Amino acid sequence: MPIQSRQADLRTRLQDLIPKIVLAPSLAVVLIFVYGFIAFTVYLSMTDSKMLPSFDFIGLENFGRLFALPAWNTALVNLVIFATLYIAICTVIGLGLAILLDQKIRGEGVLRPIYLYPMALSFIVTGTAWKWFLDPGLGLENTMHLWGWTSFEFNWIKDRNMAIYTLVLAAVWQTSGFVMAMFLAGLRGIDNEILKAAQIDGASNVALYRRIVIPMLRPAFLSAFVILFHMAIKSYDLVIALTGGGPGRATELPATFMYSYTFTRNSMGIGAASAVIMLMTVAAIMIPYLYSELGAKKE
Amino acid sequence: MSAVSQDTAVKTSRVAQVFIYLTLVLFALFYLLPLYVMLTNSLKPLSEITGGDMMSLPRALTFEPWLSAWATAQVGVSPTGLRPYFLNSILMVVPAVAISTVMGALNGYILTKWRFRGDTLLFGLMLFSCFIPFQIVLIPMARMLGLMGIAGTTQGLVLVHVVYGIGFSTLYFRNYYASFPTELVRAAMIDGAGFFRIFWRIMLPVSGPIAVVTIIWQFTNIWNDFLFGASFAGLNAMPMTVALNNLVNSSTGVREYNVHFAGAIMAALPTLLVYIVAGRFFVRGLMAGSVKG
Amino acid sequence: MRGLNMSTAVVTAAMMLTSGAAIAQEQVEVLHWWTSGGEAAALNVLKEDLQAQGIGWLDMPVAGGGGEGAMTVLRARVTAGSPPTAVQMLGFDILDWAAEGSLGNLDEVAAAEGWDAVVPTALQGFAKYDGHWVSAPVNVHSTNWVWANKAILDELGLAQPTTWDEFVAAMQAAKDAGYVGLAHGGQPWQEATMFDSVVIGAGGTDLYKRAFMDLDPAALSSPEMVEAFTRMETLRSFVDDNFSGRDWNLASAMVINKEAAFQIMGDWAKGEFLNAGKVPGTDFLCFRVPGSEGTVTFNADQFAMFNVNEGFRPAQQKMASAIMSPSFQIAFNKVKGSVPARTDVSGDELDACGQQGMAELAAAAEAGTLLGSAAQGHAHPAAVKNAIYDVVTAHFNGEYDAATAAQELAAAVAAAQ
Repeated sequence: MPIQSRQADLRTRLQDLIPKIVLAPSLAVVLIFVYGFIAFTVYLSMTDSKMLPSFDFIGLENFGRLFALPAWNTALVNLVIFATLYIAICTVIGLGLAILLDQKIRGEGVLRPIYLYPMALSFIVTGTAWKWFLDPGLGLENTMHLWGWTSFEFNWIKDRNMAIYTLVLAAVWQTSGFVMAMFLAGLRGIDNEILKAAQIDGASNVALYRRIVIPMLRPAFLSAFVILFHMAIKSYDLVIALTGGGPGRATELPATFMYSYTFTRNSMGIGAASAVIMLMTVAAIMIPYLYSELGAKKE
Repeated sequence: MSAVSQDTAVKTSRVAQVFIYLTLVLFALFYLLPLYVMLTNSLKPLSEITGGDMMSLPRALTFEPWLSAWATAQVGVSPTGLRPYFLNSILMVVPAVAISTVMGALNGYILTKWRFRGDTLLFGLMLFSCFIPFQIVLIPMARMLGLMGIAGTTQGLVLVHVVYGIGFSTLYFRNYYASFPTELVRAAMIDGAGFFRIFWRIMLPVSGPIAVVTIIWQFTNIWNDFLFGASFAGLNAMPMTVALNNLVNSSTGVREYNVHFAGAIMAALPTLLVYIVAGRFFVRGLMAGSVKG
Repeated sequence: MRGLNMSTAVVTAAMMLTSGAAIAQEQVEVLHWWTSGGEAAALNVLKEDLQAQGIGWLDMPVAGGGGEGAMTVLRARVTAGSPPTAVQMLGFDILDWAAEGSLGNLDEVAAAEGWDAVVPTALQGFAKYDGHWVSAPVNVHSTNWVWANKAILDELGLAQPTTWDEFVAAMQAAKDAGYVGLAHGGQPWQEATMFDSVVIGAGGTDLYKRAFMDLDPAALSSPEMVEAFTRMETLRSFVDDNFSGRDWNLASAMVINKEAAFQIMGDWAKGEFLNAGKVPGTDFLCFRVPGSEGTVTFNADQFAMFNVNEGFRPAQQKMASAIMSPSFQIAFNKVKGSVPARTDVSGDELDACGQQGMAELAAAAEAGTLLGSAAQGHAHPAAVKNAIYDVVTAHFNGEYDAATAAQELAAAVAAAQ
């Protein structure tokens, strides 16, 4: 049947083209609006741009000035502290709550939305509430004092060395419920027969989770990591709402640093340089991850 | 059947049960705290708040702040409350969510079922775009919107949100479709079904759960966005979050905290509603695919 | 119903704007950060003024960070090629935009209405660029004020302090009596605001000018500057432990509620007192920071006029003229707590503190001691201002001692130029 096969050939070729045509707009916008803009930022970082973009090339000078700024080093250290704690605590709480919620709990339908709802709110909405709650004179400490526990102390947000942990607290509040949902979904996806078989073999509950369940949640861990890491890098509203970068500049993060140099300090070149460093950091962490994840899939 | 498989096989003791409930309830209280602060203070007269009682229940209950935030509070020079901006947000969110979800679905479908050389790299490029800090795109984006003639309009905002939403929506759909048996697609191809027919007849009918996840994610992010809304919206496109910020951020004026809190809850209601109503489908959606890497 | 009418009007207006065709109705688009409460209501006076002249008002409010948000949006708008007609702006921002060539020219209306004669020279320095008027000043805030709770002073038998030592003694007495000596919000701009007055107190206007305007490294690290930092430490010792991150109006509330004796803050704090039903002279006192009497540090809100299409220009000129009209200047400043930007209007309608402020402003303008507030961006460009914030705040939070702080100040200012 030569005619039919030739027709089929043509159709196959057309069919081969359609997906690429459909994909093209997405690809185009990503190339222009993401990679084009990244290229633009890299270029800006090597110019003497102040208030508006300028095109006077000055090489790597901005990077030198950037790393000479004590606030930038503070911001980098803060990001490491913040991201590590935030990702770790969210994962632990999320996994813990998911496991507990998975124990034939009555009222799950009520608890789950309560855990999830913070993700629905931005810090523009909750910022003031958090600020009050953390303020020793207005919030928790004051309330405990009124209740008679006068030695109670909770003044982290006022303490240069502790304020960064209040950011972790609020960020964990926002996202841990979401992470819980991801793990819960993972747990519900596990075949009960496997668990029953293990129990018949006499495995304890702890061992059951440690040896069998948690390893099976690997995909959920990875998804959670991607989401949490991207939130950590982009944390901006959180800082502005809670501490405004203070006390002093103790809670400055790279995102707030970049914004303030680019837009309020009229040093766009330095702001762009800090953005480039941020992007390189993201790339250094994400590219190996993407490579192993996507590479492994191919087999 | 499904009800049974939702339960775990693990058995727990009485003591453990008490411990579990206690922990769960404690965490629930922790999550509810900011909402409690906001809600109670939105129902107090201002004098009670500035008088120092910020954490206690209202002594004199009032709904005045809610009315004010909705209809009469000063937002910019006009005393309109947040009401007019609600529609702006809806007009922006609905098309942006719809377009980015559909594009994500098509991309996910292509990247898993119509694979070609370099598709993985392409996906990697899209995924990496999720991590770009939005502050760096403000200036070049403003230039692009200006060149395209849609600066300050709702269309402009929709474009921006679609562009930076594609990464995540593609990620969700790709991971979901990856676990869908490719054999079914092959069989349909052999039967002569084309690209769109397969998508329409085979992929879409099973996409419900992941569509819910994507829509919730996109809706939340776009509704809550402030940076793009503030930078690219003209006065007839200004979304709710920008108006809320205008309401609560007076530079040198008296701060009506009760009105601010009422406005804040109001601005959050749509997303809250989405989470509460769609919450159960959300976990189911995540379960159905997105967590399977 | 009213909301509906308004939104229809807005949509129509916006359509006309985007079509870019012939404009049937004159209009101005105004970017500002007076977005809520009294100050937004005050701006509405201007809007109605213009509407009475048949000029539409397209409102573009962006709140946040004392104008930071609005400045970011402005950059987006200018980059997109569609600057607003008028933008609320402060100090050096105006000059920076003028230097970019983005601002229009108001010389005609300024000459016709004789602005040169009625606006204080120090203020003209921020409203003119290269000898041309580029913006219309709305008000003058002065920042070296102390706000005091009179009940506490009376209770402790204290008179209004007139020297630095008396001020310190008064704060000490209040502290000993169980009050907070100085109400303060720990945000960089608030600390910098106090620092302005303290520098004048420690080294006079000479030090202030050399350090903040000439950015002279020798002055920045001088013994007088060390003394200024030492005085900041003294102030710090009278502030309660919870100051960090507190909004300025909550600090004002502490004075209003008789928890604290004093607050050092610009005259916008007055609105909080008046709003709480307090009366100047009987419930609270306003006086210049001891050591800085005779000097007025100011910041002025202005509307900088951008280069817009020919068709928009007449409306822009009329808006500038409306801003400078005595009736608007009084109506607006009564609400805002500041004083008019022109010295030839009568201050009879202002309250006692406002009248005192106007008189002192006129005297300082005469004597050449009307100085731009460094903390509010009226002494040097934004990069330098923020560099100074960094050091002042770090020192106030205990990161440096006074001598180190002065050295760091000189270094930070040098690095930011």
